[in-house]
Amino acid sequence: MAAGLTVKRREPLLNRLPVISHYRKSTGLQRGMLVAGLVLTGIFLLTAALAPVLSPYGFAERFDTQQPPSSAHWWGTTSGGYDVLSRVIWGTQTALMVIVVAVVLSIFLGVAVGLFSGYFGGWADRILVVVADAVYAFPTLLLAIVMSIAISGGQSSLLGGILSAGISITVVFIPQYFRVIRAETIRLKAEPFVESAQVLGAPALRIMSRHIFKNATRTLPLIFTLNASEAILTLAGLGFLGFGIEPTSAAEWGYDLNHALSDTTAGIWWTGVFPGMAIVLAVLGLTLVGESMNDLNDPRLRSRRRAGKTPQPDAPAGDSTVQDKVTA
Amino acid sequence: MSYPADELGKFDDGGDLPTPPGARETVLSIEHLKVTFATDSGDVKAVDDVSLTVAPAEVLAIVGESGSGKTVTARTILGMLAETAISSGAVLISGNNVLSVTPAQLRQIRGQEVAMVFQEPSTALNPVFSVGWQIAEGLRAHGKVGKKEARLRAIEALRKVGIPDPEKRVDYYPHQFSGGQKQRVVIAAALALNAGLIVADEPTTALDVTVQAEILELLRDLRDTYGTSIVLITHNMGVVADLADRVVVMYEGKVVEEADATTLFASPQQDYTKRLLAAVPHLGRNSASARATVRAHLDQEVLVEAKHLLIEYPGRLGTPAFRAVDDVSFTISAGEVYGLVGESGSGKTTIGRAIAGLNRTTGGSLKVLGYEMLDFKERTFRPLRRDIGFVFQDPAASFNPHLSIGECVAEPILIHEKRSGAETEKRVAELLEAVQLPRAYAERFPHELSGGERQRASLARALALNPKLLIADEPTSALDVSVQAKVLELFKQIQAEFGFAALFISHDLAVVDILADWVGVLHNGKLVEQGIGSQVMGNPRDAYTKRLLASLPVPDPVEQAKRRDAHRALLHS
Repeated sequence: MAAGLTVKRREPLLNRLPVISHYRKSTGLQRGMLVAGLVLTGIFLLTAALAPVLSPYGFAERFDTQQPPSSAHWWGTTSGGYDVLSRVIWGTQTALMVIVVAVVLSIFLGVAVGLFSGYFGGWADRILVVVADAVYAFPTLLLAIVMSIAISGGQSSLLGGILSAGISITVVFIPQYFRVIRAETIRLKAEPFVESAQVLGAPALRIMSRHIFKNATRTLPLIFTLNASEAILTLAGLGFLGFGIEPTSAAEWGYDLNHALSDTTAGIWWTGVFPGMAIVLAVLGLTLVGESMNDLNDPRLRSRRRAGKTPQPDAPAGDSTVQDKVTA
Repeated sequence: MSYPADELGKFDDGGDLPTPPGARETVLSIEHLKVTFATDSGDVKAVDDVSLTVAPAEVLAIVGESGSGKTVTARTILGMLAETAISSGAVLISGNNVLSVTPAQLRQIRGQEVAMVFQEPSTALNPVFSVGWQIAEGLRAHGKVGKKEARLRAIEALRKVGIPDPEKRVDYYPHQFSGGQKQRVVIAAALALNAGLIVADEPTTALDVTVQAEILELLRDLRDTYGTSIVLITHNMGVVADLADRVVVMYEGKVVEEADATTLFASPQQDYTKRLLAAVPHLGRNSASARATVRAHLDQEVLVEAKHLLIEYPGRLGTPAFRAVDDVSFTISAGEVYGLVGESGSGKTTIGRAIAGLNRTTGGSLKVLGYEMLDFKERTFRPLRRDIGFVFQDPAASFNPHLSIGECVAEPILIHEKRSGAETEKRVAELLEAVQLPRAYAERFPHELSGGERQRASLARALALNPKLLIADEPTSALDVSVQAKVLELFKQIQAEFGFAALFISHDLAVVDILADWVGVLHNGKLVEQGIGSQVMGNPRDAYTKRLLASLPVPDPVEQAKRRDAHRALLHS
């Protein structure tokens, strides 16, 4: 048949990148959600990158305490004398670093362990599943607190604090990646193309790296965005409870919220509202991106333009193609 | 030239149809139906200006290959289109246009006027309700029926479709029925409200041949006894020849040809229909072992030798192991094509997978290239793998979607041979040429190829190392008839050229007949008969083989009518 004519070429690399391909597929409300999420996340990333330029003061600079918003301090100062605006801006950097550390660590470990466990099975797999389930059963924050105490004794410097927060979150996230990758690996192991590699005599390592890995990791961008927002919340929770990073080492929204607690009764709103808003918007942005990607990945949830609205470029030629193929 | 619009119009007015529209009462009349789907890659016209009518007590078959729009047409009759579809034209059922009625009216039409029989009976029934409840559900939805009366009518419906002991079995759950019986229950549910029209979408595709014959018999009885009209959607020309009064051939959303069944099979008018009919494998024609009297290749090296082979799957806790292959003995010599036939669950795939080392054997002896599979170790068997090629059933799933066709075909070479990149590339090009694919296809990705092209590439991969033995597990079952014919032709040609031995596994007797010199028939894990292909097919000795062959509908209404009578005689004797 004339299949050579109907075959579509592969899209250029740019259009196959996760977020961009999702944007191209989206329409209507779903596109609105995705764009809103992307804008919020973009602002978050830009602020983190440009923190030294954007913030009027350093995160550890002290001024008169509890000043209301003024031209010198746009969002006022805290009970500790820190400038709220600068703390919020510098806080994005801390949050981003923790996300990177936490998610990168958990992706690497979770994917590797999930691949091996799912492909080889056996008793090692069973033990790993039990451990993962046990970690799941723990309250996330409690586990993170235990880890943070174990790693750094509770309070620490910038790097130590970020690493301890990151690793605490990692411990919570590894089981998620492990489970997703393991389930995908088990499913793919029974797929004919993996069996066909087995029949060819490909060694296990080759099958895992060449045939399973790429196919099993397609859902990762989605878990990544959802986990990123959860990482922010866990970090803020740790800070709020006093297990975070010291205010002199880095700005951290959870710590600021904790210290704003006593201010609320005194009618000082600015110390709590701004860090709180920062947390909400950052989490909202990442969640919107993640949820839209989830919906767009699933053909059943994806909304499409109504049929008949997009012009058909080859409509007039439609009648003749049947004849061509019948007689071909 | 394009015939659909004007030529079909003439065709309609020509009066050589058994039921010209409007001249007689019609149960269903579709006028200028168009259905368009919105997809990621723009709009797709699934049905394009289709018009057809169905008379009372008539079986209209809509045939076509995948993507021809036959299923979409059928679903439109019941108003069951996806949200992404828009339709125009008219589907008239007793004066109501299904496309424009209110949801409440549509609900009235469904069940009372039209009922549907689905392809896969095990998913069409809800596993947590008894079949009686499910049949009565339609009755309850269409009026106040007492519990007792609903039950009586469900029993009546089950009796109509030939379920034995319906008073008791009305309370059974779907899993207590076999596949064919489940399809009977689905038909019973369709009958419960005495719908005048049944739309059957591939009603026998998921069933084995012997069961298919029974269901076709049942559908014919319903038509004869109750005057039910049937719209039969199928790709199987044998089924069409067996059951249909009139045939509509669809291609790419358009009606290509419409005629009564005998005329269509005897003298097809359009080129497409002619090619379609020519591609259908016909038992006894074009047999690979037509004039053979003794088994060939016996002087050659024996590649596979099974002696009293046992393969069991472990049962769940407390249940005994399931014996998939039971005391099977056979040999495959170098250069021989061994055809293994059997229905689902007969163990044919298990044997193929065991030879490739994908399943473990439990007992007896299976020697593959001299290696005893009973003491299988991946490490010691790996060197032998280069001499075994494997072609899987579903060409879409047997390629890694992230690798190009060239990379996939090169995979065995990279694993077993140390060749330079340029040499590998050259070999891949040779292989693609051998299976009649253009060299340029090496850079394409599997999803960019059609089903038949993918199966050719799959063959190229299996042949990459010049194996002594090729195992092909239902290699053409997932393909359309016309594509299947081409792939079979290629397979035959390449086998003659390369001279490898092959184990060809299929449920389709006609397909095996085209390729295999020597044929084995499996039934419930036992090898009931083996012999020269043409002799097994032409003059079977075992009772099961006889029944299997008699159940196979041939794509010729006249011949099929004779075979049907012979089949009935065989069942009653």
